Amino acid sequence: MQKNITDIQNEIIENFELFDGDMESTLFYLMDLGKKLPVMPVEHKTDDFIVKGCQSKVWLYPTFTDGKVVFEADSNTEITKGLVSLLVQVWSNQTPDDILNSELFFIEKIGMSRMIGSQRSNGFASMIKQIRMYALAYKASGS
Amino acid sequence: MSKLDITAIRSKFPILDQKVNGKPLVYFDNAATTQKPQAVIDALVKYYKTDNANIHRAAHTLAARSTDMFEATRKTIQAFINAKEVEECIFTKGVTESINLVAQSWGRKVLQAGDEVIITTMEHHSNIVPWQLICEEKGAILKVIPINDKGELLMDEYEKMLSSKTKMVACVWVSNALGTINPVKEIIAKAHAVGAKVLLDGAQACSHLTVDVQDLDCDFLAVSSHKLYGPTGVGVLYGKRALLENMPPYQGGGEMIKEVSFEKTTYNEIPYKFEAGTPNIGDVIAFKYALDFVSETGKENIAAHENALLKHCVDGLMAINNSLTGTSTSLSDRNSMSSAVETKPITLIGTAKEKVSVQSFVINGLHHFDAGMLLDSKGIAVRTGHHCTQPLMNCLGIDGTIRASFSVYNTLEEVDVFLEAVKKLLKLSNK
Repeated sequence: MQKNITDIQNEIIENFELFDGDMESTLFYLMDLGKKLPVMPVEHKTDDFIVKGCQSKVWLYPTFTDGKVVFEADSNTEITKGLVSLLVQVWSNQTPDDILNSELFFIEKIGMSRMIGSQRSNGFASMIKQIRMYALAYKASGS
Repeated sequence: MSKLDITAIRSKFPILDQKVNGKPLVYFDNAATTQKPQAVIDALVKYYKTDNANIHRAAHTLAARSTDMFEATRKTIQAFINAKEVEECIFTKGVTESINLVAQSWGRKVLQAGDEVIITTMEHHSNIVPWQLICEEKGAILKVIPINDKGELLMDEYEKMLSSKTKMVACVWVSNALGTINPVKEIIAKAHAVGAKVLLDGAQACSHLTVDVQDLDCDFLAVSSHKLYGPTGVGVLYGKRALLENMPPYQGGGEMIKEVSFEKTTYNEIPYKFEAGTPNIGDVIAFKYALDFVSETGKENIAAHENALLKHCVDGLMAINNSLTGTSTSLSDRNSMSSAVETKPITLIGTAKEKVSVQSFVINGLHHFDAGMLLDSKGIAVRTGHHCTQPLMNCLGIDGTIRASFSVYNTLEEVDVFLEAVKKLLKLSNK
């Protein structure tokens, strides 16, 4: 059974609390999370699936199966890959409605915006926007 | 090693005494902007507390004080770059505006279809785009001097490019991404031999090298305040009087007019002809104290200290390479920029013989953004990315570097902290 978006976010917050705000350990943890993402097939890493507005390269590839959106993701930098893996963790395997109705509260709680600075925050915001756009498109098409 | 008391110098820079992410700040992003001494900060505060007034017009005391202090900075910069006349120093908002001024004013008047403008592969975007704009408008051709693997200009190729069609050589004096000091005196002499003018982008050079525009015989020099311990938003364009007098105004309004009627406007004398609107008065005034700091410290002393920091850093990076590969890195390896990126843990980018205290490098297997953030987590500020020199990065076949750039207030101990952090990054990237 897929956990709901709120529970997943609470788990992420709990995990990050272990680092007590220490930036270096948090970054290492993020990089490890990125490494755990399933390898994205090369044929999905095309320009069409690059998230615009990120300093690093980020690919986000959606599929829609059994009423749920599944995301594959990758990045050319380890830290960004860790960041996008968090979004995949929260939003992959959820219905378009759940994605669109959910509020992302974990980012603020784990102090990510303080850590990644405004430049990367913009990139992070672009990833979030892109995920919501895909969800909206699937909801609209109903397929 | 230099004769400077670095502890005393550091005490003049209050920003350095702080912790970032729980670690003492190590600021190695000086090529982007330098920190400001207390005297500069005090001058800025004093201006707004006691002297704030618009300059050159009003009859009251505050205006007289502001005007005098503003013009005192002009005299100081004149001496700093050894301009023949104070009127040859125009205040701008920075190097970018200085270059745009020349491209738009001189370029629009002089350039014609088929004329050629020469720049170099290692230009910052601000010395590329203004020339692209005016060349496109006038039908002129932009040519680019190539570089070798060390990051040095191919002077033979430059000579081949020069002809009677060459009207301008716009060249960076010191590369912000590589640290290379270009042989500008030779570049200028060769350009003049074919009747071309030369603009030097002095953004990086002026904080490290002795500047003598008369000895160089450059036609234009763009100077930045904030890379020279002064405030942001202030720059200087030096130009030879004869050239400036023949150039049309760049922007209209304010200080640049002599008389305005609806039928005709006559323009002010230089330098005011090019200083439209109310300038950045407080910051220009504070800039003088930055120039005084450099003069009092002594350019030669600064250079000696910075060179020692650079050498310590380069030796340290090479020692890390050797300890990890178990082989000795020879000078010829050090001089190879791109060929070894795939094989060695660290590859130095920019190994010119003549360099200032800037070292770019890449770490095999670790993206420069990740490296920058991990170093930041240890309180170390370096620049990562393409350094606003994308054509140069393309030429080198990389998408960015990690760049450590040193200033007079940095210490050998800080370099050691940095080297230890790099060692840790390498372990991480080899995991």
